[in-house]
Amino acid sequence: MTIRIEVTNHSDEGDPRIAASAHRLGVVSLRACRKSHLYFISSRTGETPSTEQIEKLCAFLLVDPVTETARSSSLHSTEAAKGPGQPSDGKGAHVVEVALRPGVTDMAARELERGAAEMGIRGLEAATATQYRLTGELSQADLHRLARGLLCNDTIERYSLGPIDPLFGHGSAARDRVERVPLAGLNEAELLQCSKERMLSLDVQEMKEIQSFYDEVGRAPSDVELETLAQTWSEHCVHKTFKSTIAFTRESTTGHTLPVEEIQGLLHTYIQAATEKVNRPWVRSAFVDDAGIIEFDEQYDLAFKVETHNHPSALEPFGGANTGIGGVVRDIIAVSARPIACTDVLCFGPQDLPQDELPVGVLHPARVAEGVVAGIGDYGNKLGLPTVNGAVIYDEGYLGNPLVFCGAVGLLPKGSHPTQPQHGDRIVVLGGRTGRDGIHGATFSSAELTQATHMDSGSAVQIGDPITEKGLIELVEAARDAQLYNAITDCGAGGLSSAVGEMGEELGADIELQEVPLKYPGLTPWEIWLSEAQERMVVAVPPAKLPRLQELANLWDVEMRDLGHFSGDGWLRVRYGGRAVAELPMSFLHDGLPLPRRTAHHLDNQEQLSSPRVPLEDFSAQTHAKEILLQMLGHPSVASKERIVRTYDHEVRGGTIGRPFVGPHMDGPADAAVLKPMGTWSHYRAFALSAGINPLLGKRDCYAMAVSAVDEAFRNAVAVGADPDRIALLDNFCWGNPTLPDRLGTLVRACQGCFDAATAYNAPFISGKDSLYNEFDGQPIPGTLLISAIGLVPDMRRIYASHLKQPGNRIYLLGETRDEMGGSLFSHLLEWDGGDTPIMPTEPLKRYRALHSAMLLGLIQSCHDLSEGGLAVAMAEMCIGGRLGAKVDIGQVHGNELPHSYVPLFSESNGRLLLEVAPGDVNAFEETLAGLPIVHLGTVTHSDQLDCQFNQRRLFSLPMNEIVSAWKGAEG
Amino acid sequence: MTLPVLILHVSGANRDAEAARACELAGGAPHIVHINQLRADACTLSDYGMLILPGGFSYGDALGAGVRQALDLRAYMDSQLQEFVASGKLVLGICNGFQTLVKAGLLPGTLNGATGPSPQWASTGERDVTLTHNARGSFECRWIHLAVEGSAQAAFLSQIEEPILCPVAHGEGNFQVSNSDALNRLEQNGLVAFRYVDANGDSAGGRYPINPNGSVADIAGICNAAGNVLGLMPHPEDHIDPTQNPLGGGGRLGLSLFRAMIGSASG
Repeated sequence: MTIRIEVTNHSDEGDPRIAASAHRLGVVSLRACRKSHLYFISSRTGETPSTEQIEKLCAFLLVDPVTETARSSSLHSTEAAKGPGQPSDGKGAHVVEVALRPGVTDMAARELERGAAEMGIRGLEAATATQYRLTGELSQADLHRLARGLLCNDTIERYSLGPIDPLFGHGSAARDRVERVPLAGLNEAELLQCSKERMLSLDVQEMKEIQSFYDEVGRAPSDVELETLAQTWSEHCVHKTFKSTIAFTRESTTGHTLPVEEIQGLLHTYIQAATEKVNRPWVRSAFVDDAGIIEFDEQYDLAFKVETHNHPSALEPFGGANTGIGGVVRDIIAVSARPIACTDVLCFGPQDLPQDELPVGVLHPARVAEGVVAGIGDYGNKLGLPTVNGAVIYDEGYLGNPLVFCGAVGLLPKGSHPTQPQHGDRIVVLGGRTGRDGIHGATFSSAELTQATHMDSGSAVQIGDPITEKGLIELVEAARDAQLYNAITDCGAGGLSSAVGEMGEELGADIELQEVPLKYPGLTPWEIWLSEAQERMVVAVPPAKLPRLQELANLWDVEMRDLGHFSGDGWLRVRYGGRAVAELPMSFLHDGLPLPRRTAHHLDNQEQLSSPRVPLEDFSAQTHAKEILLQMLGHPSVASKERIVRTYDHEVRGGTIGRPFVGPHMDGPADAAVLKPMGTWSHYRAFALSAGINPLLGKRDCYAMAVSAVDEAFRNAVAVGADPDRIALLDNFCWGNPTLPDRLGTLVRACQGCFDAATAYNAPFISGKDSLYNEFDGQPIPGTLLISAIGLVPDMRRIYASHLKQPGNRIYLLGETRDEMGGSLFSHLLEWDGGDTPIMPTEPLKRYRALHSAMLLGLIQSCHDLSEGGLAVAMAEMCIGGRLGAKVDIGQVHGNELPHSYVPLFSESNGRLLLEVAPGDVNAFEETLAGLPIVHLGTVTHSDQLDCQFNQRRLFSLPMNEIVSAWKGAEG
Repeated sequence: MTLPVLILHVSGANRDAEAARACELAGGAPHIVHINQLRADACTLSDYGMLILPGGFSYGDALGAGVRQALDLRAYMDSQLQEFVASGKLVLGICNGFQTLVKAGLLPGTLNGATGPSPQWASTGERDVTLTHNARGSFECRWIHLAVEGSAQAAFLSQIEEPILCPVAHGEGNFQVSNSDALNRLEQNGLVAFRYVDANGDSAGGRYPINPNGSVADIAGICNAAGNVLGLMPHPEDHIDPTQNPLGGGGRLGLSLFRAMIGSASG
């Protein structure tokens, strides 16, 4: 018999956030929602756990005697007590109970079983659930609506109105079924049908290539082989769009079509070409390993990688973001580095979207945002990694398809990352067990989302297990230092098939699937081989070193299993119980993919579709500027992200010396994070992490977006003290369906912008990733490019923050301001899609080098970059951080023929920073920046306001409390 | 002699390396030891002069913060740990370590100086303090000011001359008691060791975010009656160098706590 234990916090007044969300869903009669934990315990032997055992479990594991009370019952009596259809807790509340679906990671159940065993209570099985008690006049329909819209995510959970039945284990027997899939004689339509039915995401050309390979071999492929090929050839794994040949046509602004350009691969032509052209000697590894690597000091290198986890986060925001962090951290472990920090950049739909405007099959953007933020915090915090830098963008374009960029940085001793598996090395899997998790993740991410995806792809998402990953971090570091492996990779998309397939590309591999430790029986061979279960690494280990590795694995509580060996014959042989279930030459697996040819088209001439809300001729800064500035400060993409960022631990590891928030109140925005890696405190070198992203600009012109994103990431790093000659870049493209010429056209322009900017800044790309097919029901997301930067800070005693320091100090603007309102926040708020877009600044590197020199000389007091909202927003943010006023005159702002005062205030021209300089340093400062576009705007004041003038004519005065409350919101 | 300090690592522990560096700077000799090494008798607790339970998420805190690690202490180290505490050696629990000491009944312990837990798997008895979910319901990371209660039973605290500035980073740091008697007992017997205060050292009076988690009487840390077991939620090990200070300037280092403890234990 099963025992059910309800644990209730007796002072629980109900979570007001749930009630608020319910009201958003349209269930206004919900008064309160209280919560209890449910634990189900049964014995594997069939005996009923004794009362004494239950009391012990409650006392030591389940109940906090100060805050909680427990009630236990045997399951049948609970069921009998409540008839169906009248779910109630006996006190007038409605009951909804929610449990994880079978196979979804349930750490509480696992720790309960382990804890019980530790106390000597053996053979217990545990399951958990959550009970919600809802009060208010609620109909059955209301309860279902709350359950589906709020309390339960069907992708990973199930619910019941009234008591839920626990599900233990997964009783199915082992399944060794391997299917042969006849392809011979199928026509194109039938091949496509086969690809579709099996969710292979292979196109006709690829299916035909596979068909003719098996025609030659003279047999039908097994399901294991077909799945292996589909994974290996997926957009996600092989990035075929970035490697394909593209015929690119471009219609210029004057309306005539430029000659067709033949591009031999975007990656090669623009991204890697930039890295080769700038040829920086401190780049250790670019585009070869799982992460880019640069030199840090004489002893250590730094690895940096940014990944996306968009589709999983759309379906299951917590789990999707959770495993997104887990995945990118494993990319860092896979270059033998110790992960030391995380970053994240998020793009969500509007948080206040009315429920009736939500498309079918889409989670509300507020629910997505809440889940994603919680998922990032949960995983990063539990790994003991500081989440130090990021951005959050809100735009209706991300409604059906949010973007979740997860980044991680690692530190590794020079030359400590081995990359050559040897003939005879054992293929060893470390970490978590394999389940039916994320089957088809790689092919799933290479397909568009539709309403139905949200129903069918449940298995593509899993909840992470950060504690197992933490063990992997410790184990791999120890194994690296003891030189126990010859190669290492993570199990990401495609699972073992991709990890073993890639590692054994040269040598060939022979592995036995029955050795793979499983979470539960019942997986078929192809499911074991393809599973994307999280928290697993694969290492190539010389047989003699296995015992030592096993000792370390035991020490760090990590499971380890020897699956096979690298055979040396160039074949991939996958066995199940000795029987070969896949036999493929590595050469066909890796080189057989026919690269597609694609066409791209770009229309330079963006028609002006709307006029501004306020006709620009009539725009008077005196009338409108103040209102617009306050609107900008309160715009969700600009406003303080403190409520999100404080749920991430940004201090762990003790090396965060440039923080997300600055100033005496520790609430002003920082331009970039500065980190001092543990173990390097013998010198003053540190490094900065920053980001540049601007989808509003991309809607107007993707070339300008790319140039601006590079400039923004670069200047953010420089703003905190990074050396402009030691900055490396990462690119992450999130785009729509690349087989459509218009989508691919803007992608081509973005890549061209990347090349032009990176070479102008002498900054190499060291790593990148593309996530394509980001569409919902045929609508693409706005093409979105994230540029991340990592830059060396030569002296951590000379790092800079954005908040004003001292009344009487001078305020300077560095950089030219042009009439570049196209794609700006200003234009967005005025609902205007005209105007020129920002170009690359003149000689950008020269100005950043000069600024850096001034910083090293200690001539700067504070420094802040100008981005969304231009000068006005940046100035206000500096005031907020320092809680000091400023008096500035924008009449002297550089640039030719600025027609109106709104241009200097709100233009988003690139290459600009605001600088605070002490009166005594003015001469030296102006000398150091001689010949550069600098203008003295005004001074820091004692007053509690921001005064803005235009050629001595007063434009506006804004009191500090208005600025602060606009930017920080109600809690400010 | 340099004081050997054992920093206990269980699955999910972190900030152990920061604690080790703090000990080193304070003149101790830290060793990070996995509980599996203690279980395998690869090392012995009694060889050490001080024990630190560091921060982190032991076993993911899947059953509540520190609960599973507390069980580990009972299952694997029970008598060793009781002897260690009874001999007057110092034990420091930071964040998850503090949660663990409370859940294991070692803090505040009993007033006669005996340690909390009884042998075997008898009930933990009447535990009347706990660390529960932050009042605002979520994990929170921010720098706070910490007043050191110089008159607390932990005598070494009197050597710390100024408030400590350091971060908190937790979701379950809300210190609560069963009833007002329990609070009075802590207050009257000098068991309150740290409180959240504002930048001037004035009482937080429960105000957020000065008191970041809703703890009763702004309590951030407590000690046992013998004064040798100490726990706190904030992270003094994250402020051991002036470059870490977010407000600039020097002083208010968390290092002073490690100096005071290691100094006193080294005699």
